[in-house]
Amino acid sequence: MRIIRYSEAINEALHQLLASNKKVFLIGQGVTSPWYVGTTTVGLIDRFGPHRVFDTPVSENAVTGLGVGAALTGMRPIVVHPRMDFMYYAMDQIANQAANWHYMFGGQMSVPITIWGIINRGGEQGAQHSQALQAIFAHIPGLKVVMPSTPYDVKGLLVASVEDDNPVIFIDDRWLYNYEGDVPEELYSIKIGKGIVRRKGKDVTIVATSYMVYKAIEAGKDLEKEGVDVEIIDLRTVKPMDKQLLYNSVKKTKRLVIADASWKTCGIGAEISATIAESKLLTTLKAPIIRITLPDAPAPASSVLEQAYYPESKDIVLAVENLLKYSCDNNEKCDY
Amino acid sequence: MYKKKSVNTDIPLKTLREMYLTMLRIRKFEETVASLILKKEIQTPCHLYIGQEAIATGVCTSLRKSDYVFSTHRSHGHYIAKGGDLKKLMAELYCRETGCSYGRGGSMHIADPDIGLPGSSAIVAGTIPLAVGVAYSFFLQKKDNVSVAFFGDGAVGEGVFYESLNLAALKKLPVLFVCENNLFSTHMPISACLANIDIKKTAETFCIPTARVDGNDVQSVYKTAKKMIENARKNKGPAFIECMTYRWYGHVGPNLDIDKGLRSKEELDYWMKRDPIKKLERQMIQQKILTIAKKKVIEEMIKKEIDEAIAFKNKSHSPEKIDIARSVFKEE
Ligand SMILES: Cc1ncc(C[n+]2csc(CCOP(=O)(O)OP(=O)(O)O)c2C)c(N)n1
Repeated sequence: MRIIRYSEAINEALHQLLASNKKVFLIGQGVTSPWYVGTTTVGLIDRFGPHRVFDTPVSENAVTGLGVGAALTGMRPIVVHPRMDFMYYAMDQIANQAANWHYMFGGQMSVPITIWGIINRGGEQGAQHSQALQAIFAHIPGLKVVMPSTPYDVKGLLVASVEDDNPVIFIDDRWLYNYEGDVPEELYSIKIGKGIVRRKGKDVTIVATSYMVYKAIEAGKDLEKEGVDVEIIDLRTVKPMDKQLLYNSVKKTKRLVIADASWKTCGIGAEISATIAESKLLTTLKAPIIRITLPDAPAPASSVLEQAYYPESKDIVLAVENLLKYSCDNNEKCDY
Repeated sequence: MYKKKSVNTDIPLKTLREMYLTMLRIRKFEETVASLILKKEIQTPCHLYIGQEAIATGVCTSLRKSDYVFSTHRSHGHYIAKGGDLKKLMAELYCRETGCSYGRGGSMHIADPDIGLPGSSAIVAGTIPLAVGVAYSFFLQKKDNVSVAFFGDGAVGEGVFYESLNLAALKKLPVLFVCENNLFSTHMPISACLANIDIKKTAETFCIPTARVDGNDVQSVYKTAKKMIENARKNKGPAFIECMTYRWYGHVGPNLDIDKGLRSKEELDYWMKRDPIKKLERQMIQQKILTIAKKKVIEEMIKKEIDEAIAFKNKSHSPEKIDIARSVFKEE
């Protein structure tokens, strides 16, 4: 294996997918641009031409619908939205058409489309250029939602998304693009629906998504110095969720912190909490569950407010410390 | 694609001077912003308006204060032309609490309802139906105000553009659609985006008055917009104006982008020679409405305004972290 960057792993996956399967094509804004989607699409247009690498006008709704239609007839489109914020324009095609098609006609036709939404936040861009919409998509029946955090996973899950016979919302984050890791050169896929333990531990379970996995790992190192041994689960797929992995970990640690950098209300953290609350593990918990999320507010422009807005590893550390302080008999000492 | 018309100046001198001042104010402000971005002082992504000044200026000068305009990601020019305060704009670009959006919006989200600018949006074509909605509100309240939607040629790719034109035409609403055709949508030339690059013709299909003007000629923009706006005031319905222009800088930020292979230096040079401010200036000097001495005075005045704007932001604070969730809802 070699070490490459997250963005390079996406680029390599795209090259190999387009080269190995004539039914795959890439469509969306910026796929030929030097900056729009980072460097993830470098070299594709020269190699595969403007029909299989289609840089589109600003027409998210129709572009996504085009992908859905092509998928209905056996193609394997990858539709990219350089910011998740723009996907609201495509909501009808995603939620009404793509997500329902297989069920609505009794399973006659499926929609093997990959809809790639990029989280692109920070830098004082403000409310309409910052959003992370995993929870909205996870809510809709018929959609799978993946959020790879490592270079290895981003390649394997992009391939798996394209190979999947159903609509998959594939979400990455520009803040991940420079992270490096081992990535095999050949084409491979990672099973959708499987999380992974990033750090084994016994005291507290931290479930994290996407970029927050790195924040959890940083927190884990700091906590280790305090003698606290956390277990970190990288969810990888938001839907379908790897419940068994959660159960196994929480059963052991009896304490749970969830870190997901999207809004709190009805978010991924809420779903994970409910999953545990609905299980037999509820009564075994030694403390309430804590969610580390964005506040229920739009993204501010001001970088000072951005610092308050985006969760950091120290927020996770604090949450874990609070959990460990918590005692059912004497909870006055506790911050919540 | 379009013919230059010679304009004989039947525009009042006062108006010409006012437009010259506004264009120059936008230009100097944007030049200052560009230098502040290069110094990494301003972080919020700025889409500079240099080269397009005549459009915001020509349209807004023909409006009343009580008329409304909606802007886009390329917002500074519209804000200034509609009478916005440079201090509040500069403070917003530094995301200060004293900014026109209280530091929450940044460059792409500029608003001042008191000057008739209820907002700019970073979503392409996002404000076009809002302008139609304001026009509908004026119509229901029997006001003789008009609303204006500014948008770029890129917005013509979005379905909501067509839906909005149709609604406005159907209900004969007092709205002026102003397409600033600068020939590019981010990294793509218009010919890679639109099957029919004749945007005026596209608008004609909605059976409304349309015009295409030289967007670098403030007098043409002003005259055409004024006529359309007066008609809209008299309940004659919406109109559409396509202004041909060019942005000198790259899509976003302070660089020219000619090194990225997206456009040629020749093309940029051609358009820089057609500088909308120089064009009016030459004519005003020829006609002795403007002298070199007077120009100096105006430039000094603008410099002072910009210096004051910077001093104002220097005195202003960033928002407090504790206020992160303030203003999510309107509270009693
Ligand atoms: C819905 C949506 N899709 C994509 C973008 C990214 N984007 C920002 S500006 C722009 C193109 C704008 O071109 P145009 O409307 O001609 O305005 P100009 O930048 O030329 O002034 C695009 C595609 C966006 N802001 N909103």
